[in-house]
Amino acid sequence: MENKYVFNESSFQRMEKKQKDLGAVYRRSLWKDIKKEIRANKLAMFAVIYLVIIITACLLAPLSPYDPNGLSRADKFAPASLQHPFGCDEFGRDYFTRALYGGRISLLVGFSAMFVTVCIGTTIGIFSGYIGGKFDMLLMRFTDIFLALPSMLLMIVLNSFLKPSIPTLIAVLSLFSWASVARITRAETMSLKERDYVVASKNLGAGNIQIAVKHILPNILGPVMVAASLGVASAILSESSLSFLGLGISIPHASWGSMLQGAQAFILDRPILAVYPGVLILLTVLSFNILGDVLRSALEPKIVK
Amino acid sequence: MLKIILKKVAEVTVVMLLISIFSFAIIELAPGDISSMYISADMSPEEQEMVMEKLGLNKSGTERYIEWLKEAVKGNWGYSISYKLPVADMLVKRLPSTLLLMGTSLIVSLAMSIPLGLIAGYKKNTWVDNAISGFAYFGMSIPSFYFGMLMIILFTAILHWLPSSGMHSFGVNTPWDTAKHMIMPVMTMALSSMASKVRYVRANTIGQLSEEYVLAAKAKGTSGMTILFRHVLKNTLLPIITIVGMNMASMVTGSFIIESLFGWPGIGSFAMEAIGKQDYPIIMAYIMMSGFILVMGNFIADILYSFADPRIKRGVDAANGK
Repeated sequence: MENKYVFNESSFQRMEKKQKDLGAVYRRSLWKDIKKEIRANKLAMFAVIYLVIIITACLLAPLSPYDPNGLSRADKFAPASLQHPFGCDEFGRDYFTRALYGGRISLLVGFSAMFVTVCIGTTIGIFSGYIGGKFDMLLMRFTDIFLALPSMLLMIVLNSFLKPSIPTLIAVLSLFSWASVARITRAETMSLKERDYVVASKNLGAGNIQIAVKHILPNILGPVMVAASLGVASAILSESSLSFLGLGISIPHASWGSMLQGAQAFILDRPILAVYPGVLILLTVLSFNILGDVLRSALEPKIVK
Repeated sequence: MLKIILKKVAEVTVVMLLISIFSFAIIELAPGDISSMYISADMSPEEQEMVMEKLGLNKSGTERYIEWLKEAVKGNWGYSISYKLPVADMLVKRLPSTLLLMGTSLIVSLAMSIPLGLIAGYKKNTWVDNAISGFAYFGMSIPSFYFGMLMIILFTAILHWLPSSGMHSFGVNTPWDTAKHMIMPVMTMALSSMASKVRYVRANTIGQLSEEYVLAAKAKGTSGMTILFRHVLKNTLLPIITIVGMNMASMVTGSFIIESLFGWPGIGSFAMEAIGKQDYPIIMAYIMMSGFILVMGNFIADILYSFADPRIKRGVDAANGK
């Protein structure tokens, strides 16, 4: 039997969307969750305030009247005073200014290494989890091997041959830390890609890349942010160890780690020189670690407090 | 069970092969021509040719890698460039002091972190927990070399209690003297690996305390401490095996930095010195050796864990698609 019905414009009736009263609406975005969690936790407040202060201070370092590399015989080992809040080092350089410039390098390396790590890790994780199958298995074996490598050791050896500079340092640091991010994002992607909204958007004709970018990426942002915060902490720690061994930032530039290396020579007569950069590293890394934990508990409400 | 072990052995082999390729690649990547270290200008062309042949530099990289690997497996790691002595002998001679340091700090960190973690978990959210967790945060965030420096400042520069470097005082060779030299490096090394363990045991204890067997023990009238140390302890110890395996990595690299800082005469400080002198055979051997210690640590931990936890033997992993 022939179908006599032909749909045309008049077969459809236009409908207005009705505004329904849903009662109480909870709008709780990611940022609001995080803000609430940070406000509730004194330690987290301290961490955020400290980080804001230290980042601002390092960014404003050029305002200091002293040249971080300017030598001055007269000020050799000058004690702390109003002119030199942290005193001066063995070359009469203002230690406060040097600490700020060192912080710029340490933070720059920390953030850049974290950024590269997260980019590589997330891309590999999403691809691996989304595509699945043999490809996923191969990629994950590869990731496992990177997780099993003695990373710090290889970093030390690699850095001893490469010409020490900030880009190589960032590259080496991220080369050995993307694997754990890839593991986390892969696991999240695996569970997300089975969700109804992903299936729905696939049925609506969305391409794989569109789904990955629009639907999966925003939803794994939480764990990625946690990994990023802890990543900055570990990058700063590794950078300081490498620089301390003389394999990171080299003279005349300074990072907190290389300042400690310099201070090691005078550790018995001028221990105070070793205290400032170390405490700065400690507090910065501590703050990023706290922030990472707070983010985690804000984003994963199932953790019992 | 056998299948799991075989799978792990295969993984270990792959990782070791990769580490070996990496450490071999270092010579290829290294700046400068390696032959220039052996050839001097007053050699005749024939002699130079001979040296090249002896070093195998007239062959391709892959051929040399295979030959080097064959020798390395047999225990022949070549001759040090700066000392002109066999690398294997030199490393083996220094290995005991590194193992002594690593072993002692492992024991110290376990002996301290397990009770601390248990108590922190038991007294969750009280000042005791806050103090212990704060301490763990501190240990996690301080660079180990910096903690070592602070110890030197306090115990050597200010209090004059402990020697700052070496393994023996000059001319003295008593266990007590060595123990005194060990205190600071061991504490430094233990602190960094303690942090993760304390946090882990704490989280585990909190999880275990909400289990029903704890409730049953409580109902029976068992005291809190007995529950904690008799029942909960056993269940939290299981995952510790894995953590110890994972800690091998930080121990191996920790020994590298801490030995250099305290002048401890182990393989770590020896390798550090070799990096300074660009003595490639030593560096390669060191990477292979510490890579081996690390990988074996993880391997043994995995195997022990599957023995200790019957769920793994029954193939729960396989069910989870691992």
